[in-house]
Amino acid sequence: MITFTIDGKEVQGQEDWTVLDVAKWHGIDIPTLCYHPAVEPYGACRLCVVEVDDGRRSRVVISCMYPIREGIKVLTDTPRINNVRRWIVQLLLDESPASPKMQELATKFGVTPSRFKKAGVDFACHLCGLCVRACHEVVGAQALTFGNRGLRKEITSPFHTGSKECLSCGTCLYVCPTGAMEQLFDKVGA
Amino acid sequence: MQIKTLEDMQTAKKLGLAQLYPDKPKILVGMATCGLAAGAQKVFDLFQRKAQHEHWDGVVEKTGCIGFCYKEPLVDFILPDKPRLTYEQVTPDVAEELWSEISAGKIPEKHFLARLDIDDPILDGGPRKLYKGKLKGFLAKAPRYEDLDFFKLQRHLAMRNCGFVDPDNILHYIARGGYFALYKALTEMAPEEVIEAVTVAGLRGRGGGGFPTGVKWASCRKAQGWPKYVLCNADEGDPGAYMDRSLIEGDPHAILEGMLIGAYAIGSSEGYVYVRAEYPLAVKTLQRSILAAREAGLLGENIFGTGFSFDIKLNLGGGAFVCGESTALMASIEGKPGEPRAKYVHTVDKGLWNRPSNLNNVETWANVPLIIAKGADWYRDIGTEGSKGTKIFSLVGQVKNVGLVEVPMGISIKDMVNLIGGGVPETKEFKAIQIGGPSGGCIPRELWDLPIDFDSLWDAGAIMGSGGMIVMDDSTCMVDVAKFFLDFLIDESCGKCIPCRLGLKRMREILEEFSTGKGTVADLDELQSLAEAVKDGSLCALGGSAPNPVLSTLRYFREEYEAHVLRRKCPAAVCKELITYSINQELCNGCTACVQECPQGAITGEKKKPHQLNAALCIKCGACHEVCKFKAVEVF
Ligand SMILES: Cc1cc2nc3c(=O)[nH]c(=O)nc-3n(C[C@H](O)[C@H](O)[C@H](O)COP(=O)(O)O)c2cc1C
Ligand code: SF4
Ligand code: SF4
Ligand code: FES
Repeated sequence: MITFTIDGKEVQGQEDWTVLDVAKWHGIDIPTLCYHPAVEPYGACRLCVVEVDDGRRSRVVISCMYPIREGIKVLTDTPRINNVRRWIVQLLLDESPASPKMQELATKFGVTPSRFKKAGVDFACHLCGLCVRACHEVVGAQALTFGNRGLRKEITSPFHTGSKECLSCGTCLYVCPTGAMEQLFDKVGA
Repeated sequence: MQIKTLEDMQTAKKLGLAQLYPDKPKILVGMATCGLAAGAQKVFDLFQRKAQHEHWDGVVEKTGCIGFCYKEPLVDFILPDKPRLTYEQVTPDVAEELWSEISAGKIPEKHFLARLDIDDPILDGGPRKLYKGKLKGFLAKAPRYEDLDFFKLQRHLAMRNCGFVDPDNILHYIARGGYFALYKALTEMAPEEVIEAVTVAGLRGRGGGGFPTGVKWASCRKAQGWPKYVLCNADEGDPGAYMDRSLIEGDPHAILEGMLIGAYAIGSSEGYVYVRAEYPLAVKTLQRSILAAREAGLLGENIFGTGFSFDIKLNLGGGAFVCGESTALMASIEGKPGEPRAKYVHTVDKGLWNRPSNLNNVETWANVPLIIAKGADWYRDIGTEGSKGTKIFSLVGQVKNVGLVEVPMGISIKDMVNLIGGGVPETKEFKAIQIGGPSGGCIPRELWDLPIDFDSLWDAGAIMGSGGMIVMDDSTCMVDVAKFFLDFLIDESCGKCIPCRLGLKRMREILEEFSTGKGTVADLDELQSLAEAVKDGSLCALGGSAPNPVLSTLRYFREEYEAHVLRRKCPAAVCKELITYSINQELCNGCTACVQECPQGAITGEKKKPHQLNAALCIKCGACHEVCKFKAVEVF
């Protein structure tokens, strides 16, 4: 057992647990987007950031991947953390102002669409990669992948052709937190 | 020739020395990428052809770059018992002239750059005076390297062999003390002693982060797992930076020897050089040097008969800037997309194929043989308290002398700009220097006494990065500069994490508002807090450092930002939407030059009478401003 603190409260977790695992175990709320217990963490959305003081320095890390260590001090509610989270929600909300999931997050963080909001994108894909990981790790197929990079990064089937690997099982539809997969789904299968 | 013993090394050294300093004249042409770009191949071919046709009793050879890139093609004459003579901007025509004199036993005086009296190979053998007796005539008056402002403060340690050896000739490298440090490490030092030396020397990573090299090696040595990998980062993706390319093209064996010593210290038998695919000459040079080292028995099994084995493979880069990031680089070698991942488990524990892996930069590796050959104390004496040794910078922008410079850590920005760079053009004033590549920071005039080392740059909001330096004068707009670097980083973001993918784009949108007169003071704070969110929240150091250009310009040039948002003016007259052109009626003498230049027909007026500019038609291209000899076209 490894003992450390989250927001001053002493907590314990097992050897290979992450900060998020322990927080969940103790009912401490940390927002997440690209995390799902059924698949490996990916660390893309950065919504789950916390501040960790390991005795040498304090830094911002993501709780869904940070392995717990004896004696660390984790803070989940600091100005630095909230600034990062608020901006992530703002940026996502502006990408898809009509997405129910984003609106839910926005309400929680008190964020409203800004002057840069995009028009007409209700269910923008946030490239959280849950569909890709679920298809690969849970279904055992590789019908989905990332294509391109940077601002053009996208979810596609390998080589942009309909994928014969797709079983039309709908697992990706189920894990997609934004509803974007609804639009993509038909293009994936062969 | 297989090299197994110290005697073999001495034999190789003797052979090499006879080639480096033959008892007949030798012509050396600088043929790194910068030389080739300036036409060195033609010059080389010309000398070779002439030498053959005229049965000249001399040698024509190629070498790397000594850093004077703006004077390329450079040609050297190495004549028995004479100082080494360097000639600049040797076009084929010039080469023809030089040839006619040199082949007639005369010393050319035109296109002369500098003479070198003493050759110090640093690693081994000590300085070597190249002539005897007293110099006479032209030679006595000819400037020496150390008389040139560009060279005065320089100290070529990592670049010790660049411009001296033929990179394809391993004997040249050995002749200048190469591979003797490896011999020493393998035969006289325990691995722990090697690590100790590198740690005490204070070597820090030259790839950007400045992480203590000895500490990294020690962690990798301690890590559980086998095999262990030793990697060299030669992906160099910073626009305008080419120090690593130059080192590889000028002295590849220095890097291989560094890696060999590191591998011995860490306990590794397999290495990779991850080299940028867009560097064809560097790739070829590396290939040839690896083959040569293998043939000599300096790579492979049982090196120097000590039982230590190590070999190196080449891996061509994936073409993206972010592939230079350590975890993305390792993913790329594994054949996966070059995307970074979280580093909470360090790569020294689980790196390439989940095995302990030690990655260092090209220049870091090139420093290693020096520390072993000369000792940690010798190395510690160079540089500042927290930053030891030298660093190679690529100096570009608004200075007279641009090129690669290697200086001891700690020289001031002012010396870098005014002395080495020869200052900004006379009619302009120094405004800022951008240090550290695209995600570096802009340091203003007020701080130009700042010593250039890892920690002072960090405190000032810049980074050492790979060593890119861009000098900016007062015609530069800092909002525009921030936009420029953001554009590069947005293009290069892998897009994996949200702060970097969407945050940088938003920062760019806010800056666009500033430069088009749509910003407010509140937006300045918004930009600041977003920049901090991107810095704190991004997955890898690309996003983590991408806000630096914005944060540093906000810090040092806030007034300029305020001018954009409060007064809707661009003081440097760069942001088009915020400037107006007009004609000063007193200064204009009606020469009509601007009338002819204006593509819009916006300027009218009679000859010899002050002209008028119709602002409604003006597209702010600045053509009139440039063409007016009487400073009558004004910008506000
Ligand atoms: C986006 C990005 C690009 C990088 N590119 C390079 C590079 O081209 N060459 C390099 O040596 N290091 C590069 N680095 C730094 C490496 O991640 C790593 O720190 C370095 O190679 C370690 O070697 P060192 O300790 O000898 O500096 C880059 C880092 C980032 C975040
Ligand atoms: S489609 Fe859905 S699950 Fe897949 S990456 Fe986009 S948002 Fe995530
Ligand atoms: S910070 Fe940028 S480059 Fe690095 S992982 Fe995130 S998106 Fe990719
Ligand atoms: S939930 Fe941790 S980074 Fe997305």
